[in-house]
Parts: sequence; structure tokens; C-alpha cells
Amino acid sequence: MRRRIINYFIFSLTSLCALLAVSVLLFILGYLVWHGGRSINWAFLTQLPKPVGESGGGIGNAIAGSGKIILIATLFGVPLGFLGALYLVEYGGTRFNFAVRYAADLLNGVPSIVIGIFAYTLIVLRTKQFSAWAGGFALGIMMIPTALRSTEEFLRLVPRELREAAYALGAPQWKVIATVVIPVALRGILTGIMLSVARIAGETAPLLFTSFGNRFWSHSLNEPTASLPVMIFTYAVGPYDDWHQQAWAAGLILLLGVLLTNIVVRVFLRPRSA
Amino acid sequence: MTPENLDEHENGMPEMRFDPMPVEEEEISHLKTENGQTPAITLLKTELPAGTSPNRTLQAVKVSTDHLNFFYGQKQALEDICIQIREQCVTAFIGPSGCGKSTFLRTMNRMNDLIPGARVDGTVLIDGRDIYARQADPIELRRRVGMIFQKSNPFPKSIYENVAYGVRINNLAHSRRDLDEIVERTLRGAALWDEVKDSLPKSALALSGGQQQRLCIARALAIEPEILLMDEPASALDPISTAKIEELIFELKKRYTIVIVTHNMQQAARVSDFTGFFLMGRLMEFGDTRRIFTNPTKKETEDYITGRFG
Repeated sequence: MRRRIINYFIFSLTSLCALLAVSVLLFILGYLVWHGGRSINWAFLTQLPKPVGESGGGIGNAIAGSGKIILIATLFGVPLGFLGALYLVEYGGTRFNFAVRYAADLLNGVPSIVIGIFAYTLIVLRTKQFSAWAGGFALGIMMIPTALRSTEEFLRLVPRELREAAYALGAPQWKVIATVVIPVALRGILTGIMLSVARIAGETAPLLFTSFGNRFWSHSLNEPTASLPVMIFTYAVGPYDDWHQQAWAAGLILLLGVLLTNIVVRVFLRPRSA
Repeated sequence: MTPENLDEHENGMPEMRFDPMPVEEEEISHLKTENGQTPAITLLKTELPAGTSPNRTLQAVKVSTDHLNFFYGQKQALEDICIQIREQCVTAFIGPSGCGKSTFLRTMNRMNDLIPGARVDGTVLIDGRDIYARQADPIELRRRVGMIFQKSNPFPKSIYENVAYGVRINNLAHSRRDLDEIVERTLRGAALWDEVKDSLPKSALALSGGQQQRLCIARALAIEPEILLMDEPASALDPISTAKIEELIFELKKRYTIVIVTHNMQQAARVSDFTGFFLMGRLMEFGDTRRIFTNPTKKETEDYITGRFG
């Protein structure tokens, strides 16, 4: 009897936790739709924010700014992580590999605010300018470890037999890498990269004092640039109801963007069965 | 050894292992154009060791090793291998798992270079040239020494691209038409053309196991190597596919020097001209296949081929 009660208790507890784990996402999504859904329309997505007191206005500049910053981050972080991983798998010695991997894991654990301060000291203080460059640089640093480790993982999955087949045909190492290893691992690598893009899209702390924010369109990458997470932060802590409303809506847009990226990755980059 | 065996085959082959050829040889300039090689592959002079009379019935020595030792880190995998492998013959290596026969095969195209901690000591000569010499280029070597692996390993590309791969990376085709022709000729040579001619753009992974292995053979043949190393090429195949591969080997030995590692003793007996028996990293016995299987000189060889151990 006692055994059955314990069994029932454990079953209920674990299934409840499993259920909670799924429902958290649905709950957040539902909450965002509830609060922010009705503010979303074409104007909201494309227009500039209105001055305080006026109703309406949009987050077009923040969407564009986030896009720019993420693009810079990707162009900076992905090649570094990708080529670094290629080195680890194809060329590196055991000792140095261990050091690189360990450093990447540590970097992955560095709080994002610290990376923000680093970018601030290195770029913002020197150029005396908040800019999209600085924000992209900070987010790019955050992408390096994830891009590196996921690329490495997928390169290691390429069967040794395929490399040997290419070597046995007289292919030099770089041709083996370019014509066999990378094409075979490409889907996996792209998946990893897209997921790391989705991961940094919502980062706020590194942007607070790098790209800062802007209530207008930024016309160059050397200007303070608006971004979705920073805008949500500003609006959410602001004193106006109208702002709160828009923060919910912007949060919904950001979440939908991340979800969409995830879905696209899972549908289109799913490993093809032979 | 019985007198018939001596008559049937060239005098003294079994003793070859006890009398490794000297490294400094007399050069006999005799270009191997009759092998049907394309001009894209450098023609090398065949050198015969001094003291070997140019016996018409005996094919020239293609590969010879002298006191070859091989190590994986601290572990010695090959011990003092001295052997001469003849051109346009099939040489088979048998022996229990882990005896070093695959390792030996892989010293001939320097595939072992890719393994960290691997070390070679002694010489391996192909056409009289030391392939482990400092100026020797493993890439160039692998173009001349093709390899077929135990597990068929086609690239996840189309059938056409698999065969074309080696030709492309080595820039051996002058035009698209040239490449098409090479692909067709090679697939015919590998007895696969009739089965795949209508599905060249399809993925190679859709082929059956036996077809995949023949595709891998075609892929290796496409760059016209001189030597073909086969590492248990039929061990994962059913008897019918195995028979096809063996027929193919018969066909191929007219043009190529073939070295095959096999666990299947009947296969060694069927396809090879010479057989070597490896045990614990040593070449225990080497000689004419018929003699090895009917009248082995070593007790270990006899025990192995009669199934008493291994």
C-alpha cells in the first residue's frame, strides 16, 4: 500500500513538473498576446515612437536597429567561432585544443553585463560615441563560444571514413575540408549558428551602454542605435501606461522573431535522412 | 615444397621474405605505358633489384619493403616486414584481427600519416622510390595508390559526383565531355554502368551495399592509380555482391597491382596470386597462393588456414 502511494506521488510530481515546463512558454506567449496583441499593426511595426503624451507611434527604429546590431554581431562572431572550430577539429594539437575549448566555455559563462562593460571600455570610451558597432561587437563576443562549440560538435560528427575516402583520392587537406567535411556538416553548423543568433537577439545588458538607444532612425552605424530589448526595458520601467502597453507589444514581436527563427531552423535544416 | 609447385611458379618466391632486396638497384629504363596510363599521371621508371634476373614469366616488383616497423605511439604494430609485391598480380594478406595486415596496407599509401602518434621505421619502395623519403609527397603518392575501404564510404553526393570527385580535385578532365567520358568508362570498368546509367544524378546513398562498394571502386579507378589497396572490400557484403567484387578483381588485375586484405580464406585462395600470412605484427609466411594453402611451411600458417585458431 505504502509502495503504491509513493509511486503515485512520484508520478504526479514528475508529470506536474513536465507539464509546468511546457506551460511556461505557452503562458508567457499568452500573456504577451493578451497585453500586447492589440497594439500590433503595420504602423506599430514601421513608425517611429511618438513624443510622450501623444498616442500611437511605433517601434520601427528598434526593429531596424536590432537587425543591424545582430547582423554586425553575426559577421563578427560567426566567422571567428566557425574558423576556430575548424582549426580545433582539423589542425589543432590536444593541449592547445583543451585551452581553447576551456576558454570558450568560460567565455560562455561570463555574465553579459560584463561583456557590455568590456565593449564599452574598448569601443565607446575610445570613440566617445555609443554606436551600433559597439553593440554588435558585444553581442558578437557572446556568439563566439556558442558558434565555436556547436560548429566543432557537428564537424566531429563527420565520419572518419569520408575524410579517408577523400584523402585516399589524393586530396590535400584543405580540399578535404572544403569539399567533404564542410558540406557534410553544413546543415548542423547552420542550425547551431541560427540558434545562437536567436539566443543573442534578446540580450539587453550588453546593449545598455554600447548601442544605447535612440528615439529616431539612426542613419549610420556610428550613432546610438535603438534595439528591441533596450526599448522594452526603457518602456517597461517608464511611468506611462502607453509605454507599458508598447513594451508588451514589442516583447511579443521579439519573442515571435525568436520563435520563428527556431521553427525555420527546425523545419528547413532538419538533418535529412539518407 | 613439391617439385610441381616449383615448376608451376617462379623459382624461389617463398624465399623472397628472407632475402630482402637491396636498396641500391640497377635501373632498368622501361616505361610502363602498356599499363594504359594517361599522360596526366607521371610515368615512373620500374626498377628491378640487382640480382633479380629479368625473368619474363615473373612480373616486375612494384612495391617492396625493407625492415619495415610501424608504431602506434608506444605500441608496435608491424615488426620487420620485408616483402616484394609484384605488378599486375593480386597479393592477399590474411591473418587474425589485429595482426597488422590493415596497418601494413595503409603504410603503402601513407594513410597512417593521418593518425596522431603513428611512426614508421624502415623503407617502403614503390617503383624503387622511397615513399617515406623526406621529399616524397603523400598527396602525389595517394593519386597513384588508390584505396578501397572495408565499409563502403561514398560521399553524400550524386553517383556522378562520387566518380568525378577524384578527377575534379586532381584536375584530370579537360572539359565536361571529357569528365562524362571518364565517369562512364570508369563505371563500366567497375561493372556498375548498366545498373546506374539512368540514375547518375541520384544520391549514391540510395544504392545497395554491393553497388556502393563498386561505386567506391569506380571512384578510386577514375584517377587511374597504379596500385589498388583493398581493405576487406567484401566483408560487409552478401555472397552475390562478393562474387561480383571478386570477378571485378580478376578483371582489374590486368591493369593494376592489387593488394587485398581479407578475413575470408576462400576469397584469398580464389582471387590472389600471392598470399601473405600476418600474425602479431609479423609477416609469418609469404609466397605463391597455391603453395601457402596446400603446403605451408610454418605451423602457425597451417593452423590458421585449417581453422585451428584465429
